[in-house]
Amino acid sequence: MNLKQLIVASGITLLLAGCGSSVKLDETSAPIDNRSGTAAAGGAAGAGAGGATAGTGSARQVTPVTIDPNAALNDPSSPLSKRSIYFDFDSFVIKDEYRGTVEAHAKFLTTNKTRKVVVQGNTDDRGSREYNLALGQKRAEAVRRSLAALGVTEQQVEAVSFGEEKPRATGSDEASWAENRRADLVYQ
Amino acid sequence: MNAEPLDYNSPMLRSDRPASALSVLIQAWLLAVVLALPALAPRAAAQMRIEVSGVGATQYPIAVAGFVTSGRLPVDVADVIRADLTRSGAFRLIDPLATLGDSGAPNFIDLRAKGADAVVGGSIARLADGRYDVRFRLSDVVRQSSLGGESFVAAEGDLRFAAHRIADWIYEKLTGQPGIFSTRIAFVSKNGPRYRLNIADWDGENIQTPLASPEPIISPSWSPDGSRLAYVSFESKKPVVYVHTLATGQRQAVANFKGSNSAPAWSPDGRSLAVALTRDGLSQIYLISASGGGQPRRLTQSSGIDTEPAFAPDGKTMYFTSDRGGSPQIYRLNIDSGDVARVTFGSTYNVSPRVSPDGRQLAFISRRDGRFVVAMKEINGGAEQVMSDGGREESPSFAPNGRWIMYATQVGGRDSLMAISTDGRVKQRLTSSSGDIREPTWGPLAK
Repeated sequence: MNLKQLIVASGITLLLAGCGSSVKLDETSAPIDNRSGTAAAGGAAGAGAGGATAGTGSARQVTPVTIDPNAALNDPSSPLSKRSIYFDFDSFVIKDEYRGTVEAHAKFLTTNKTRKVVVQGNTDDRGSREYNLALGQKRAEAVRRSLAALGVTEQQVEAVSFGEEKPRATGSDEASWAENRRADLVYQ
Repeated sequence: MNAEPLDYNSPMLRSDRPASALSVLIQAWLLAVVLALPALAPRAAAQMRIEVSGVGATQYPIAVAGFVTSGRLPVDVADVIRADLTRSGAFRLIDPLATLGDSGAPNFIDLRAKGADAVVGGSIARLADGRYDVRFRLSDVVRQSSLGGESFVAAEGDLRFAAHRIADWIYEKLTGQPGIFSTRIAFVSKNGPRYRLNIADWDGENIQTPLASPEPIISPSWSPDGSRLAYVSFESKKPVVYVHTLATGQRQAVANFKGSNSAPAWSPDGRSLAVALTRDGLSQIYLISASGGGQPRRLTQSSGIDTEPAFAPDGKTMYFTSDRGGSPQIYRLNIDSGDVARVTFGSTYNVSPRVSPDGRQLAFISRRDGRFVVAMKEINGGAEQVMSDGGREESPSFAPNGRWIMYATQVGGRDSLMAISTDGRVKQRLTSSSGDIREPTWGPLAK
């Protein structure tokens, strides 16, 4: 599904509505369809689908569709909904379990060239704040390089660091430290 | 006036005073003389307090007499002087028992009998324009002679500063070193989601807050003339280096490049800043103009992390932290030649270098047995010496006379500030009831 398909689908629906008969619609009996963008796009993809909709007597029905550019990102079933990559202690290597996450975001960014993402590196709070800032950058930079290697352009990604300044977990225990050894992908 | 008054007192004396009343209590170790300053103004609930422990190797016995005054003053100048001299660890206060003007002859025989080697007297007279004429004189009790004195005019709001200047004068006269009692410190406080960049007198009074932000502020650094602070603010959701002119509140983002911008360090001439930038990948050190604009000049070249630059007083040598050898260590860079040499070896984690004002000592943070402590070493050889025992130390900062190192640590789960004399003998702890305080940086000598 994409924006163009959605516009085409909406256009066909509106066109058919404009040409339709003056029969008063029984709104309560109108089929409840095309609620989602996916259905509308599907209708456009099949040439006869629009006509089929009109034929059901819902020609004057308008179901508003709002384009949500983050729909794919926010779909909990999508790998794109995972935006945190965790690191081992004193490590900057992206573990195998996060390869899928990085690849999904690389694919999203290469197909959506106008989207931009900030990779925010984080560390636990032990040691120097400035050195931790540099360590967080090293994690963010590892993710940025992986995205670049998968074809994401330099203009789309900025790697920055929060160091130890914005901890997600505030405890002084291994579980908290592990939670904070992290890089987050934040779409702009 | 300030929103968060400081409250300094000693561990033994702090007890049941109401939280809203500010007073300064000092423990004079040997005599256990307690000197209390009256509250200056209505106070907010937040307080800071200081605890002093230890004494200097040699303590100069001095009597600071009450100043002769015309009427009640907003500041007890003699008490501020006593507090300064006591906290330096270099003086032992002798009870003078009486007020003493700047011109009258001290009772040398009585003072000598009490063990005083020197005595300070003075007077403060209100002038027609509302300001005050301040005079003081320091006398040698043993030789029964004057060591000199000064007179000056001070506005009412400057009387505390005037007292610090007098303490500086006495300290320098008797020790040969510049006093730091009229210097200021900058630090960051965090209270819930609020971050504040604060400035206070060295004794914790007169807190001012040049910047408050909902996002973190780190790494404040004084310009050599004390008029500006450079720091890192995360207000734009990434670290950006600002230069902030204190008198006007004017702020300028002097390093806001792609990636992270951090670790500002002023060149001794105040014209440039060394900063850590990630515009070319990992953190590397660059030189930028302190007034913004122009292209950064890259100073270090490594495939790892280079950060935390610190200029030596000569302006030609820079120390910095790098993990180029596998673990974070401190290196020295000759800025002209580009030569780099490793300086620290005693641990697998040595960071945050600071150079003493005379250029001869290096203070840094070292991890020893899993604990982060302040360490020092002579720059031209010499062993690495552990100075602190807290275990969560960060951000060391030399006093401008080189006699103290202030640093951040944790006390009872709360971020606090500590100052230790460089001879290791005297310690001062500064805590705040209003939240965490951290990232201390000692300002230059007052002009």
